[in-house]
Amino acid sequence: MEVNLTLAVVAGGLVGCGAYLLLERSLTRVLAGLVLLGNGVNVAILSTGGGAGEAAFYGSAAPEDMSDPLPQAMVLTAIVITLGTVAFLLAMAHRSWQLTGHDDVQDDTEDARIRRLAVDDASSESYGLTTDGQDDDDEREEGE
Amino acid sequence: MTTASLLVPLPVILPLLGSGAALMLFRYPRAQRAVSVVVLVAVVAVAAVLLVVADREGPQVVWLGGWVDLGVALVADRLAALMLLVSAVVTLAVLLYSLGQGISDSDRSAPVSIYHPTFLTLVAGVSNAFLAGDLFNLFVSFEILLFASYVLLTLGGTEGRIRAGTIYVVVNVLSSMLFLVSIAAVYAAVGTLNLAQIATRLDDLPASTSLMLHLLLLVTFSIKAAVFPLSLWLPDSYPTAPAPVTAVFAGLLTKVGVYAIIRTETLLFPGGDLALLLMVVAGVSMVIGILGAIAQSDVKRLLSFTLVSHIGYMIFGIGLGTVGGYSGAIFYVAHHITIQTALFLVIGMVERQAGSTALLKLGGLARIFPLLGLLFFVGAMNLAGIPPLSGFLGKVGLFRAGLDEGGPLALTLVGLGTLVSLLTLYAVAKTWSLAFWRSPQEAHAMAQELADADAEGAEAGTRPGRRRQVRMHAASYHAGDLAQAGSILDDDSPDRDLHQRIEADGLPPRLPWLMTVPATALVAVSVALTVVAGPLYGFTGRAADDLVARTPYLEAVAEAAG
Repeated sequence: MEVNLTLAVVAGGLVGCGAYLLLERSLTRVLAGLVLLGNGVNVAILSTGGGAGEAAFYGSAAPEDMSDPLPQAMVLTAIVITLGTVAFLLAMAHRSWQLTGHDDVQDDTEDARIRRLAVDDASSESYGLTTDGQDDDDEREEGE
Repeated sequence: MTTASLLVPLPVILPLLGSGAALMLFRYPRAQRAVSVVVLVAVVAVAAVLLVVADREGPQVVWLGGWVDLGVALVADRLAALMLLVSAVVTLAVLLYSLGQGISDSDRSAPVSIYHPTFLTLVAGVSNAFLAGDLFNLFVSFEILLFASYVLLTLGGTEGRIRAGTIYVVVNVLSSMLFLVSIAAVYAAVGTLNLAQIATRLDDLPASTSLMLHLLLLVTFSIKAAVFPLSLWLPDSYPTAPAPVTAVFAGLLTKVGVYAIIRTETLLFPGGDLALLLMVVAGVSMVIGILGAIAQSDVKRLLSFTLVSHIGYMIFGIGLGTVGGYSGAIFYVAHHITIQTALFLVIGMVERQAGSTALLKLGGLARIFPLLGLLFFVGAMNLAGIPPLSGFLGKVGLFRAGLDEGGPLALTLVGLGTLVSLLTLYAVAKTWSLAFWRSPQEAHAMAQELADADAEGAEAGTRPGRRRQVRMHAASYHAGDLAQAGSILDDDSPDRDLHQRIEADGLPPRLPWLMTVPATALVAVSVALTVVAGPLYGFTGRAADDLVARTPYLEAVAEAAG
């Protein structure tokens, strides 16, 4: 199979830009990143069909002159799915803006907790939770 | 085409039709509920018939639309049929449970009218993923179930759910992109996407190309299955969803990823090139997951971390690559789907009765709600693998396969698996002693102490402003335990622990029977897996034989193609 260099470069460029945007904090930019990424991947799929050719209608051309219709069908499906995802993410970005006044992707709870613990130089909260209770019980038993 | 194979598309078609019908009936909640229940009962029946047929007569194959050899094939072999049956039973139980929750709840954060169609779509996606005999069809089924899961995860659009949903959606879209890249690469390399055809053509490829395809697919499915280090999205996104949604996600969705890994490892890449990698990530998943679980102070998050840890057991079985390993892994998947879902359903009832799942606020549940205590205890012991329950038998099967293999890595993993099972016991025992065993008064006193400690610790921490605090508590519990303890004791704050709730309002009303019965039934199913473990191991052994031999699957597809 021949690979079209232009398509490969375009796909690579789109995916690269998409990955860069994906690392941004704002959900709108992440969204733009996903759109670019999706388009890059779609171009990549299209390039797997080999060279360009006649439209793949039955009987309209000799089979060897036709372009491969299967990657085109797959790209169509992928485009529809990307469209749905983009619509959903836009709704989420809007909702996030409604609720918090911005659309920044917020920290994972675990990350935030670990960072707070590191700042306080403290032990795990649940460690305290368990042992505090234990000490409490022990004292009570001793008292009785 | 045999008559039995006509049943194969039904687990996908029925929920999809049901989803459309439920959507049209959104004005008539009763009819909507009836449609959902009838459809899922039918899927359970179809899956049971398919299981028997696949076991007696071999894999059932259907080429959709009569496009034999060109179109999309659906294949129900022993593994797929077993997965279908387990998932159908579990989804039916979860649906009934959510009916019980919805009937008496006029909760604005769980709009029921969209819930049923979405849930049925999710079931269709899951069934399609198990049946897909085509890589692109597998991609489409992942998208179907993911889209349904996006909607279910962000139901009501509260702040916590939007935050968790953002991470979940972005990670999954990214993994879908990776899946598309893998599909493009596979198509470019072998010129087909039918799994059976790929399997026969991959042998002709250079080893490096086939290794690249293998890695691409494995990474994609590992994100879905939440194998460490690709699991980091999971513990933060699952717990914020409504209880039945979390239950079905935790039980089923990761297992679809595990199923896809089993399928690719056996059918497409049987050489075991990446066995070493699989074994290492299995061990790391087990250990890191359970250490994360131990550090949690919220039951839902704790269970989400144990999920990551126990995925490690299944990957261990797959990594072994022997019949015993696959057999153990399949048994473990069946066991874990039921038990993980059951535990989340029980915790959902705890949340409803006690108003929280934070260990800080819970206490005395075993005395106040004896049935909840019993269900959690049996489920937790099963998860930790206490003999004679099915969790123990699943681990024994995997460990025996590991010992038979006998390599140093396999033996190390058997050791790690034992250790992780003990640590799981520690994690659930901690939950038991804090939430179920100590009295609510003790829990309240402990919160008091924590709040005092927080006050003495001066203003070192940046305590969030009051307005923000209240809002965060309304949405979720990520303000940190110390700040939480302060707000529990603060009379102005709506945040109360179980002790205060009982003091103020008396005991909460009894749970609707439609919630307790499905949860009890699932716990009973997980116990029943212990009773039928012999025949079930026989079945998973035959399924594993098929997988390792590959010929039953390939021949059935070729035969159906004529």
